[in-house]
Amino acid sequence: MPANPFNGQTDYGIGIGLRVPHYAHILAKKPVVDWFEIISENFMVDGGRPLEILDQILEQYRVVQHGVSLYFGSADKPDRTHLRRLKALVKRTNTPWLSDHLCWGSVDGTYTHDLLPVPYTMAAARRTAEKIRQVRDFVGVPICVENVSSYAEYHASEMTEWEFLSEVVERADCGILLDVNNIYVSSRNHGFDPYEYLNHLPHHRVGQMHVAGHTRFEKYTLDTHDHPVLDPVWKLYAHATKLCGVTATLLEWDDKIPSFDEVHHEALKANQFIDGARQAVG
Amino acid sequence: MKPFGLQAPPRRAPARIASTADLRSLQRLMTRALVRPLTADDGLQPRWVDGRPMAEVAAEFIKPNDRLTSFDRLEIYGRMYWFRLLDAVRDDCPGLRALLGERAFDGLAQAYLATYPSRSFTLRDLCSRLERFVAEHPRLTAPRTALAREIARFEWAQTVAFDGPSRPALTLAQFGAVSPSRLRLGLQPYLTLLVLEHPLDDWVIAVKRRNALRGAASQAIAAEAGGTRRLRRPAPPRRGRIRLAVHRHQNNLFYKRLEPAAFRILCALRDGATLSRAIAAGGRGAKPELVRSWFASWQALGWFCRWQPPVAPSL
Repeated sequence: MPANPFNGQTDYGIGIGLRVPHYAHILAKKPVVDWFEIISENFMVDGGRPLEILDQILEQYRVVQHGVSLYFGSADKPDRTHLRRLKALVKRTNTPWLSDHLCWGSVDGTYTHDLLPVPYTMAAARRTAEKIRQVRDFVGVPICVENVSSYAEYHASEMTEWEFLSEVVERADCGILLDVNNIYVSSRNHGFDPYEYLNHLPHHRVGQMHVAGHTRFEKYTLDTHDHPVLDPVWKLYAHATKLCGVTATLLEWDDKIPSFDEVHHEALKANQFIDGARQAVG
Repeated sequence: MKPFGLQAPPRRAPARIASTADLRSLQRLMTRALVRPLTADDGLQPRWVDGRPMAEVAAEFIKPNDRLTSFDRLEIYGRMYWFRLLDAVRDDCPGLRALLGERAFDGLAQAYLATYPSRSFTLRDLCSRLERFVAEHPRLTAPRTALAREIARFEWAQTVAFDGPSRPALTLAQFGAVSPSRLRLGLQPYLTLLVLEHPLDDWVIAVKRRNALRGAASQAIAAEAGGTRRLRRPAPPRRGRIRLAVHRHQNNLFYKRLEPAAFRILCALRDGATLSRAIAAGGRGAKPELVRSWFASWQALGWFCRWQPPVAPSL
């Protein structure tokens, strides 16, 4: 299901994250890329170089906004000033959909700048869904929420993560940004079957997917985004595309960033699995 | 000391999350746990704010697994929080790091973040209160507190100049028709006027150049010998008063030194004086031909905009 209400009925292919070390290459060489994902907060500024670069990118490429600070799972109400800035950026980029994380990271106006897991309870699901609806109504574009990687679970949780994610998106009537690497990382840390996670999601709500690299330590696995996607994640991605259809996919590479060509080449590996999904359907 | 802006954590973690109030309670507890400084070994502190063992507090709300205790799992988040924020402060303050040295700077940054956790959605604003903190805690930068404050102020001005707001620039034709006795000219919000007792513009440029060279050299050394070499800290800047405008032009960051009279005129304009009063504030150094050339230069740089009453910074 490439185009659906949750990605603005678009049929985007394989994109990569727009990162500072690649600006010069992209603007000078103008490589062919299906789309770029930007971190919204990097461009929610009042002026200067960041917006100049963004405008140059927008002249050539399709851009989708991905955020890290809406904190749908925080108890705090959405900040109107923040939403106004976000809406102004949405107008600038014409993003067909907007994504952020199923997490919390701030309370009483203090920010941790992290993507912290939400306790999986009905009360938290209701609160989270309510905030997603408020944000969507304010900014006026479809929203996809991304499952995060996590390293801790709460005693207070009453359901699995995939049950919580499903509950939230059904209540909010929003999409899912399915981060396959995050499912894998969390499955390692919490001892669940990542395929069971995938099988139980509302697949028709998946508007976008993420893949990325991670790092395994002796006792836990970290979502590091600092090297190529590992085989178990590609296998999980292949399974996800069979369940959800061929969906806009983005490679995240945020640390020890290699050349643009290397990042793009890694992202395009997704085509192998997309072809498999097409054959399975066809 | 209670971190700025944080509410008191609950005495006990909520056993159930059945309401938004429960959710807030859990989030206050966890936030307080994360913003407490790490130990010298980069671990969570062994005791909670009320003296109970931290392991006991963590076990109240975090599940253990077969490899990690509740404490261990919370510690992963604590480390990520501190490493991320300290990196951000380090990146924004190359001058202050060079002045204090890495160890003293890390101590300052940790104490700063423990007192003033982030109150903004963006890490860009992280150092907005650093100068104030340096002034409030002089022992952390002694005996160079005055210089440290100056550098913190100068480095924050660079953040503002990089991506701060701008307003439509006024042309000479737009403001030339209004009588100088009634005309108020605003300055671009991204422009900061500073009186500094040290020539920090040259010094910070030298520090950044040195850091860039050190980065290249350490990579080469690491590649050749598998190690790095400790470079000497740069000498602190010599004394010498300068007046500086930190601004941007065509989206590049610039520092422009100003004559005392020119600086007084700009400060007066910034503070809402009419054009004629601002020029009078320039004093004896504000010779008519100089004033004309200064205004032509400032207008060409796009510094003038419509005057608006200043907004108090939110802290």
